[in-house]
Amino acid sequence: MIQTLFGTVEQEPTLLDRLKSGVQKTRAGLVGRLEDMLQGRKEIDADLLDELEYTLISADIGVRTTQEILERIRERVDRSLVGNAAELENLIREHLLEILQASEHAPARVTQPPAVMVVGVNGSGKTTTIGKLAHRYLHEQRKVLLCAADTFRAAAIEQLEVWAQRTGTEMIRQKPGADPAAVLFDALQAARARQADYVIVDTAGRLQSKANLMAELEKMRRTAARVIPDAPHEVLLVLDATTGQNGLEQARKFTETSGVTGIVLTKLDGTAKGGIVVAIARELNIPIRYVGVGEKIDDLLPFDPEKFIESLFSK
Amino acid sequence: MFDNLSEKLQRVFKNLRGEGRLTAENMEAALREIRVALLEADVNFRVVKQLIENIKQKAMGEEVLTALSPSQQVVKIVNEELIKILGSHESRLRFANDPPTVMLIVGLQGSGKTTTTAKLARWLSRNGHRPEMVSVDVYRPAAREQLRVLARDLNLPVYPGAAEETTPADLARSARKDAATSGRDVLLVDTAGRLHIDDQLMTELQELKEQLSPVEILFVADAMTGQDAVKSAEEFHRRLGITGVVLTKMDGDARGGAALSIRHVTGQPLKFVGVGEKPDALEPFHPDRVASRILGMGDVLSFIEKAEELIDKKKAVEMQRKLIENEFTLEDFRDQIRQLKKLGPLESVLSMMPKVGMLKDLKNVKVDEKEIVHVVAIIDSMTPQERANHMIINGARRRRIAKGSGTSVQEVNQLLKQYAQARKMMKSFSGGFLGKKLGKMKLPMSFEM
Ligand SMILES: Nc1nc2c(ncn2[C@@H]2O[C@H](COP(=O)(O)OP(=O)(O)OP(=O)(O)O)[C@@H](O)[C@H]2O)c(=O)[nH]1
Ligand SMILES: Nc1nc2c(ncn2[C@@H]2O[C@H](COP(=O)(O)OP(=O)(O)O)[C@@H](O)[C@H]2O)c(=O)[nH]1
Ligand SMILES: [Mg+2]
Ligand SMILES: [Mg+2]
Repeated sequence: MIQTLFGTVEQEPTLLDRLKSGVQKTRAGLVGRLEDMLQGRKEIDADLLDELEYTLISADIGVRTTQEILERIRERVDRSLVGNAAELENLIREHLLEILQASEHAPARVTQPPAVMVVGVNGSGKTTTIGKLAHRYLHEQRKVLLCAADTFRAAAIEQLEVWAQRTGTEMIRQKPGADPAAVLFDALQAARARQADYVIVDTAGRLQSKANLMAELEKMRRTAARVIPDAPHEVLLVLDATTGQNGLEQARKFTETSGVTGIVLTKLDGTAKGGIVVAIARELNIPIRYVGVGEKIDDLLPFDPEKFIESLFSK
Repeated sequence: MFDNLSEKLQRVFKNLRGEGRLTAENMEAALREIRVALLEADVNFRVVKQLIENIKQKAMGEEVLTALSPSQQVVKIVNEELIKILGSHESRLRFANDPPTVMLIVGLQGSGKTTTTAKLARWLSRNGHRPEMVSVDVYRPAAREQLRVLARDLNLPVYPGAAEETTPADLARSARKDAATSGRDVLLVDTAGRLHIDDQLMTELQELKEQLSPVEILFVADAMTGQDAVKSAEEFHRRLGITGVVLTKMDGDARGGAALSIRHVTGQPLKFVGVGEKPDALEPFHPDRVASRILGMGDVLSFIEKAEELIDKKKAVEMQRKLIENEFTLEDFRDQIRQLKKLGPLESVLSMMPKVGMLKDLKNVKVDEKEIVHVVAIIDSMTPQERANHMIINGARRRRIAKGSGTSVQEVNQLLKQYAQARKMMKSFSGGFLGKKLGKMKLPMSFEM
């Protein structure tokens, strides 16, 4: 299991358990589907590879990554290294796992109190994720402070406030329309004074193509570093699992301007697979830290690459 | 990020000129490129498959026209196929004979329903209606507060809800009564985001539909959605019978292939696109624009429309003439900058242009608004003769201009260089980077500024 930055909580129900208990999904492993398809034929042929391509592209892994994977497989098949469908599935799994594991980094060493900045495009699930994260840290007996730096969207501060109440954490806020860097400044100072273990910073959603809004994030980073050296220690990019190929550009731009250290993949309780994170891991080497599997406070789980890959292949 | 499809096709067809006909063989590589482009634009896999089939059927055996290069011809066919799926006319909202007309706003979590509700209310009130809004999102923290704030800023009524009204059905019922008694002709109902596979919440929507008999059920979808778009749209449609789609966050750089997928599986028209977070950022849906965007041709038409609203038409024609005749002076350059600035932040203006040809390099340009102030100051410090003919600006003149404008000689030099580049660029616009012959095809070619 992936090492999360802040350690894992004991006896985690697995992603699959959660997915099963939450929303009922019909699950049929790729092997099963392939077996169905093969119907007596045991050879690997073009149809089978087509079906594989379909599975990968439908999961939003992207054409390029998919083609690269299939290319590798074709080579092996040509050299008769793979004989049947089951071996083929293993091969793909291994390859995907390799990609995802290559992007796992050791957690950064941090000075106290660590500031976690949460960024992402509009509506991806940042504020909700912060509520869940706060809950998780509190579970570890940590003192958490929330920072309401989305001063732009209507009622964004009130939304975070509800999460502060639900989790029993304190929140630093200013008026709607205030400079987000100023709110951040206040929050970090308060965190130091109150000896908080974590500050989690909510930011306004923004599309990565908007240079002025991205510059605002850069400014927030600079402000953070002025109060606590090395801050922000963790920058989490919240990515909606329904996102298609634009997710790669999101990861690229947010990393450029705000130094993303990890990804939270939300809304995995739907039917979307979130396969774009494979392309992100492959091209940008950013680790996936958590997955969101619902709207409730404990619907945040550490990312498990093996389980994730399994879910890619389920119907 | 993406190579433009028309560029790719140009490469594919490099050797085809004069070959006569489009055939299975010479089309194969092109179709592969088209397929990749569509998949990269997030068009659903199955939809792509069918599209490719249609394109093949149409293109096969077609004579390679002399006026168009083969790649242009294929782009034209692809573009037409996309427009065909997207629907050839922009659609309008429908209204009940017996007001208030109820419109139900539905969709997945975070797709933009609440914002779209406020945008629609504004749009309706500007078009002679008297809308009222109500949020029946009793789940997400501060969701109703969000709509209340938006309504307050727009100065439009929102049904506030009473303490004992705790269910969506309660709220909707009272809101409708309220709208009827206060003479409102449209009630916009903002619902909570939900997953299409959440049976309980989908049933809740079905009950709301039963109760309210909405004339419009608008499915709000995020332009960044990937392959999953077909699943959610299909299920919302199956459960509710949606009547239209609003595609949000089109102000970003997502290609918006989900538009095709959703339209394909639901058959329902796309009615509006969301192009920003503010309540005025709503535009009617134009199939041709979205098609050219999916193909990576940029949303230039949107830009042109916006430009036309603001920019003096006569002046634009004059400018066009000057460009062609190479009379584009520094004075014109200054005017252009001023007019462009009226369109909004230059970055967003640039982001709407197609990323092809010379403009490809503009993609990552960071526009420093301060620099623009300097540019205008520099040009202001020139003599009319200098503005009319930049060739006469020698070293001594440059020093004088720098001093007069409070800038540096380097800045003046840089400006002159930029001006020379702009001249070249403008010329390539007006010359049409795909060639002028594409005529009927509504591709962004000559645009006047
Ligand atoms: N099903 C599901 N819904 C989620 C998940 N995470 C967030 N949501 C929902 O997605 C919607 C948007 O979430 P927010 O937390 O408001 O997103 P945000 O990124 O803060 O949005 P903005 O600040 O408006 O950009 C809300 O309705 C959330 O309840 C998840 O893991 N699963
Ligand atoms: N850039 C941009 N942001 C949008 C657009 N429409 C909605 N949003 C933002 O997307 C986020 C979610 O929108 P909201 O209306 O709350 O979504 P809901 O959960 O479906 O009601 C908010 O941050 C909105 O400001 C749009 O067209 N462009
Ligand atoms: Mg938020
Ligand atoms: Mg909402």
